Amino acid sequence: MAQADVARVDVEEEVTRAVDAVSIRGVTKRFGSGDSEVVAVDDIDLSIADGEFFAMLGPSGCGKTTTLRMIAGLEFPTAGSLKIFGDEVGTLPPNKRPVNTVFQNYALFPHMTVLDNVSFGLRMQGVDKATAATKAGELIDLVQLGGMEKRKPSQLSGGQQQRVALARALVNQPKVLLLDEPLGALDLKLRQEMQLELKSLQRELGVSFVFVTHDQEEALTMSDRIAVMHHGRLLQVGSAEELYERPINRFVADFIGQTNLVEATVADGDMIVLGNGSKVLAPSDYAAGTQVAMSLRPEAISIGPRGSVPAEHRADSLDGVVSSAVYLGHALDYHVSVDWIDLEVRAPAVGSQGRFQPGDEVSIWWDRSSNWVVAD
Amino acid sequence: MAAVVERDEIDVEPFVVGEEATPEFEAANIAQERRRGFLIALPAYAYLIVFFAIPLLTVIVYSFATRDRFGGADLTSFNLDSYVDLNDELIRTIIVRSAGLAILTTLICLVVSYPFAYYMATRSETVRNIMLVFVMIPFWTNFLVRNYAWYVILGTDGPLSRVAEFLGFGPTRVLFTQAAVVLGLVYGFLPFMILPLYASIERIDGRLLEASRDLYATGLQSFRHVLWPLSLPGVIAGSILVFIPSLGAYVTPQVLGGTGTTMLGSYIVTQFLTARNLPFGAAMSTVLMVFMLAATIIYFRKGGRTL
Repeated sequence: MAQADVARVDVEEEVTRAVDAVSIRGVTKRFGSGDSEVVAVDDIDLSIADGEFFAMLGPSGCGKTTTLRMIAGLEFPTAGSLKIFGDEVGTLPPNKRPVNTVFQNYALFPHMTVLDNVSFGLRMQGVDKATAATKAGELIDLVQLGGMEKRKPSQLSGGQQQRVALARALVNQPKVLLLDEPLGALDLKLRQEMQLELKSLQRELGVSFVFVTHDQEEALTMSDRIAVMHHGRLLQVGSAEELYERPINRFVADFIGQTNLVEATVADGDMIVLGNGSKVLAPSDYAAGTQVAMSLRPEAISIGPRGSVPAEHRADSLDGVVSSAVYLGHALDYHVSVDWIDLEVRAPAVGSQGRFQPGDEVSIWWDRSSNWVVAD
Repeated sequence: MAAVVERDEIDVEPFVVGEEATPEFEAANIAQERRRGFLIALPAYAYLIVFFAIPLLTVIVYSFATRDRFGGADLTSFNLDSYVDLNDELIRTIIVRSAGLAILTTLICLVVSYPFAYYMATRSETVRNIMLVFVMIPFWTNFLVRNYAWYVILGTDGPLSRVAEFLGFGPTRVLFTQAAVVLGLVYGFLPFMILPLYASIERIDGRLLEASRDLYATGLQSFRHVLWPLSLPGVIAGSILVFIPSLGAYVTPQVLGGTGTTMLGSYIVTQFLTARNLPFGAAMSTVLMVFMLAATIIYFRKGGRTL
């Protein structure tokens, strides 16, 4: 039911938009041949709107970088159609596409100064030296590197190199900016800073950013929409909320944030049967008898002393024993052993008298609306 | 558990045990480190002195001596006569010819090697290693023997001539021409161009080329602005490794060249063995060496030390 709704909304959106910045239809990419053939991208459909901050998320080897490289023209699709603002670009070389890339580890030209790096794209398009230098200077100022024009990339810190890479791509006023794990090489503090900066830069410029990352938190923080990929297939596209609250399958539920996957079987009607035999109301489209899992977010679960379950949640509760308790500062992370399963519970940090210790007998419960069923 | 204890026992002890660290100790440690390094390098130093420095000095000393009546060198009267004699029409012709052929050899080697080295550097590890072996294979046969192989191929009745005849060009003899010498030199020194080029291209991050294409460079512009400048150390190293031995080449011009193709190397040998003018041959060798030294220094200044 709910999954079908999500899909329908997506289709409607695509129809109403005039021209997509990037439109991918049935694109497949295979590497090698014969026995060593690898399907890196398997028949995906994807639309990225103009002005959208779009993330492609997945574990390494899921095909997200290959997809990005196909948009850039660094790889050509084996099959399918790839359009940028309505123009088919499937086998056009990268220099003939209105997109630019910020490469992983930046790929700055080590033998050129910052200014020469940033003005490279303009120079290659035939812009004269003085004009190119002026425009490059503006972009260097925009990324707050004024005064560093004469330096070589090796004389810059990681964060500064990142900004040069950004300026070098943006100076060409691309219609779509592609970013391949651009923050991967930065330390945590700088990464969080750059996340916000990238986001505000994107808003300011109004250009579509297509962003590849394996870091789900990064994707959730920055993106308007996220595509989750796994084994070359596109599993789900949606906003952070949609992916987090209504994951389409077990992989997405597990990959986006943390979750407890409680094994269950679909019973008739809107009921599912948990491993311990208890019936829970959880609507889904799956046929009776299907092996599914109920995805329960750790922060959706409440915890209290044994027997303290409020009356309205009695149907969605379990009794267990605390097996570990970890203090996280802003929250307390419990693992609760229920007779056949171990559940993670994230409770708000409270005074020490309200906390539970390993071995405490507790009850856990959750709101019925949190019952979300996923299959494989 | 036992293994852990053992490792603790053989832990390396610091230089100074139980004493406060001071700049003096630091200096003593550095000095000791240096002495150790010198001892390790000693056999190499000894070898270089006996077989390189002493012969080199002998040549330089002889170049200032006077030729005596019996074809030896009079080591009692030193002067610059031999160097003055170098300013001679014939010598100039030979130098210009040698330099010209060496430059031509270097250019041909560069043009042939660059695409090959690039191809090799962008293959998978397995293919790369196989190609490296193929580049090395010629070294398994003696250089002189390989030159005689070309002697046969290029000769009057050789395969090349036969093929030319068959194709209707009439009998062709390349042997004893400058073309034969250049061909022999290119063949002989090609690996010395390929290897440094390969080493420097292989080190270039492929994403830089992708980035340039992404930034609107055509394939040619990408080569000109990114690949070529970044591979320059390899280009310079390879060029020097080919140019210097080509300039002083002896075997190849001797075997494949004719009377009209005398190069510096052959001329120097003639001075020592046939004309018996030791000081003159030594002077010529010295000038050649100084010139090569200058070329090498330019390389290290401009190209950095990448081999």
